[in-house]
Amino acid sequence: MAPLVGVVVFPGTNCEHDVVEALELLGARARLVWHAERDLGDIDAVVVPGGFAHGDALRPGAIARFAPVMGAVADMAAAGAPVLGICNGFQVLTEAHLLPGALQKNRGLSFVCRMTELEVVSERSVLTAGLQPGLRLAVPVNHFEGNYTAPPEVLDQLEAEGRVVLRYVANPNGSARDIAGICSPGGNVVGLMPHPERASSELLGSTDGLVLLGALLRSAGASLSPAGLSS
Amino acid sequence: MHAPVHRQLGLTDDELASIERILGRQPNHLELAMYAVMWSEHCSYKSSRAHLGRLPTQGEHVLVGPGENAGVVDAGDGLALAVRIESHNHPSALEPYQGAATGVGGIIRDIFTMGARPVALMDPLRFGPPEDPRSRWVATGVVSGISGYGNSVGVPTVGGELEFAPCYAGNPLVNVLCVGLLPVGRLVLGRAAGEGNLAVLLGSPTGRDGIGGVSVLASAAFTEDAEAEAAKRPNVQVGDPFEEKRLIEATLELLDRHLVVGIQDLGGAGLACATSETASRGGVGMDVDVRAVPLREAGLEPFEVMTSESQERMLAIVAPDDLGAVYEVCRRWEVRATVVGRVTGTGRLRVLDGWDGEVLADVPAASLHEDAPVYHRPLARPAWAGTRAADDPARLPAPSGERLASDLLALLADPSWAYRQYDHQLFLNTVVAPGADAAVLRLSAPGARPPAGAPPRGFALSTDGNPRWCALDPRAGTRLVVAESVLNLACAGARAVALVNCLNFGNPEHPEVMWQLSEAIDGMAEACLALGVPVVGGNVSLYNESRGTDIDPTPVVGTVGLIDHLRPGVPTARLVDGGDILLLGPDGEGAVSLAGSRWAVERAGHLGGALAAVDFGLHAAVVALVASLVDERLVEGVHDVSDGGLALALAEMAVASGTGFVARAGGGHVGLFGEGPSRVLLCTKPALSDEVLARAASVGVPGRRIGSAGGDRLVLEGAVDVGLASALEAWRAALPSALGGA
Repeated sequence: MAPLVGVVVFPGTNCEHDVVEALELLGARARLVWHAERDLGDIDAVVVPGGFAHGDALRPGAIARFAPVMGAVADMAAAGAPVLGICNGFQVLTEAHLLPGALQKNRGLSFVCRMTELEVVSERSVLTAGLQPGLRLAVPVNHFEGNYTAPPEVLDQLEAEGRVVLRYVANPNGSARDIAGICSPGGNVVGLMPHPERASSELLGSTDGLVLLGALLRSAGASLSPAGLSS
Repeated sequence: MHAPVHRQLGLTDDELASIERILGRQPNHLELAMYAVMWSEHCSYKSSRAHLGRLPTQGEHVLVGPGENAGVVDAGDGLALAVRIESHNHPSALEPYQGAATGVGGIIRDIFTMGARPVALMDPLRFGPPEDPRSRWVATGVVSGISGYGNSVGVPTVGGELEFAPCYAGNPLVNVLCVGLLPVGRLVLGRAAGEGNLAVLLGSPTGRDGIGGVSVLASAAFTEDAEAEAAKRPNVQVGDPFEEKRLIEATLELLDRHLVVGIQDLGGAGLACATSETASRGGVGMDVDVRAVPLREAGLEPFEVMTSESQERMLAIVAPDDLGAVYEVCRRWEVRATVVGRVTGTGRLRVLDGWDGEVLADVPAASLHEDAPVYHRPLARPAWAGTRAADDPARLPAPSGERLASDLLALLADPSWAYRQYDHQLFLNTVVAPGADAAVLRLSAPGARPPAGAPPRGFALSTDGNPRWCALDPRAGTRLVVAESVLNLACAGARAVALVNCLNFGNPEHPEVMWQLSEAIDGMAEACLALGVPVVGGNVSLYNESRGTDIDPTPVVGTVGLIDHLRPGVPTARLVDGGDILLLGPDGEGAVSLAGSRWAVERAGHLGGALAAVDFGLHAAVVALVASLVDERLVEGVHDVSDGGLALALAEMAVASGTGFVARAGGGHVGLFGEGPSRVLLCTKPALSDEVLARAASVGVPGRRIGSAGGDRLVLEGAVDVGLASALEAWRAALPSALGGA
């Protein structure tokens, strides 16, 4: 059976329907998961989509990390299931300490919505598994706080462990070392600022986002093994 | 010595007398305050209503015309588009960020009030010259406000306009259009019905912000007293996009579950407006308990509660049996919901101090909404109109070749400085992004999807205004503006089905301004009738005057078009290396004019002469031809030739695609920069040029090949020869160097 992906909705989230549409295009089943839910049931993978969870009050992700659903997301992450944070979702995952570092305001201090070119750096993640390092993908960004930062030793470690999974070819926001996406030590928790769901059809000018989401779904299918999270 | 209370509130002595006649007694202060906001120019259209009836409003796609919160047109497949345009000029002049942000918030509420999911915003913006520091502050603040509010509320901003002219230095124009998509069955109107039903206030608590915004701020000119103007800043509301986002979701869920009888947003004139309008439209009355209204701060007077323009509020009319379910939906979305009123059968709007308390106000509900005065203000063609018309730009000396090139570069500006700050992609609908002749979107939205398996259909949006044309001749200028907007849609392969207008004019107490308004409405009516485009809604913004000077008349139109077969590869304003460049449209004597052209006004400091006239028969033929050429993908690139003339249109296609050209314009500087209607540039594969020209000839549209695309220079033979690199540099640097930022 096609993997079932939970797409988390906080008040203020706005990309949930777009992510569902892109996942369903790839044959996945998707279910919107309300932030107050504590039990993810038979979900195989989780996407925390973009938007402005809780209005980005205090700072992006600062309130959302305390939502009841985040306990269940952390449990899934610990159990090795795929967890993907896109844009605001990436910010939520860093605030929840499921990923290191933080996203600060863009260099230039203005919102940026544009197509970017990404390069696959490492296939050590559920989002890039099976993709050739060096592969270039056209995927748009849309954020004010997408400037990835972390202490130098953390950045060194991320690079050394192959956990920088995507880089910008031309840095749109000042991110340290052109980082567009990173993953957890196990490779199953991934955060990226670009929006793969916005590169999901010829009408939108790129289908490259489906390459990434397709890899995620393959990873989710693989984690359906007996050792996986079918409970 | 203070003016009498009614005058401080913005009412005239005659208006006070009318109120006394309606009530049969003297109004108390609360009643006076409610009439003052409801009878303000902004809410009542008292100066323009006598003229607006001349606009055609009927059309085969029209489901809801003017007079409701938004116009609604049938888009097929069981879906409908709701569209509205508004101005937030005066608030943005005083407090650019919040003024623009709350303009966005207000227009979005007008759309989801109708049951539509807001899916697109367009922002036609006009500011003073960027050399002026205050105008820079206003422009950057407005763009930030649109970005800050629109992005976080989750509605993509897919286009607009950005224009600078001296007449807007003291009074910028911040117009905003919103489109929503709904299943036809979810359409709901802003009316109360059913005696005993409850009026439930949803959203933010009420504070002191925006009191009198529609009257003392929006319906009065700016004066020379800078301190007095700055003191109006508290009349500007403050927006909270997160509250609005939850309000959108809660409202659409309430409507999906049929839990409300009617619903109305609270905008200008606040509760006074929402309660009286819903009651008046439904032919009922309403009792409102001011004590029940949740307040942001203690101690608000009843008149403040009734007229506050605090943002992010809705008034839902709910049957008592459904109240529990309404509360449950609102609790889930963290939206405050409070019963503040009851529908009565009396036809009166009563404001009560507690349900069983004192009656603080008691007026006929319809009198606030419908009995506002209608003014037939005096009109006079300004004395200078004739002088201007006689001042033929042919007298301007022909510039040198070097000057022509530098003028061309000076007119180039890449609008991405603005639109990159806007989320223009949400909902996976944006097929042609901002910066093109028209934005093209897929016809689909969460909760309003086309039937499964149906081939994708689309819609296109364009907003257009031209103060130079309208300053010279408001009637002919407005005809040209409508014609251009419809042609912009055709360039995206769409056929126009509806138009909304935002009529930005000066002080209606000046007979010249009323003449401009009346002429513009006539010009719009003529063009809409001739092109078969109904007007489904509009907004009139008057008193755009500062320091005694009125803005140039600026009617802005927003047009909506439908695309039956939406496919990838919609041609845009671009050149393709090796392609032929064709020009469709009228040629020869009178086809173009430098009168009111960007070149004459901005580069030669001249405003005078006669505009090129539009031949609507030919224009309709060009529109139909271009739409079908685009739909059949017979062209690689397409761009309407508008302000800046042929030279600027070609240069824009070159910089957008990074491809040079060699072309012949003919006619010297008039041929390069002259402006006229019904002209379109195409870039075609050479093998298809003959077919395209034959198609044009077969429908009576003149067409000719004027050059070819390729190389790294922009060459207009015998006139201009500039490098593509310097054109690109000028194009990209124009706005960042004028306004700052990346």
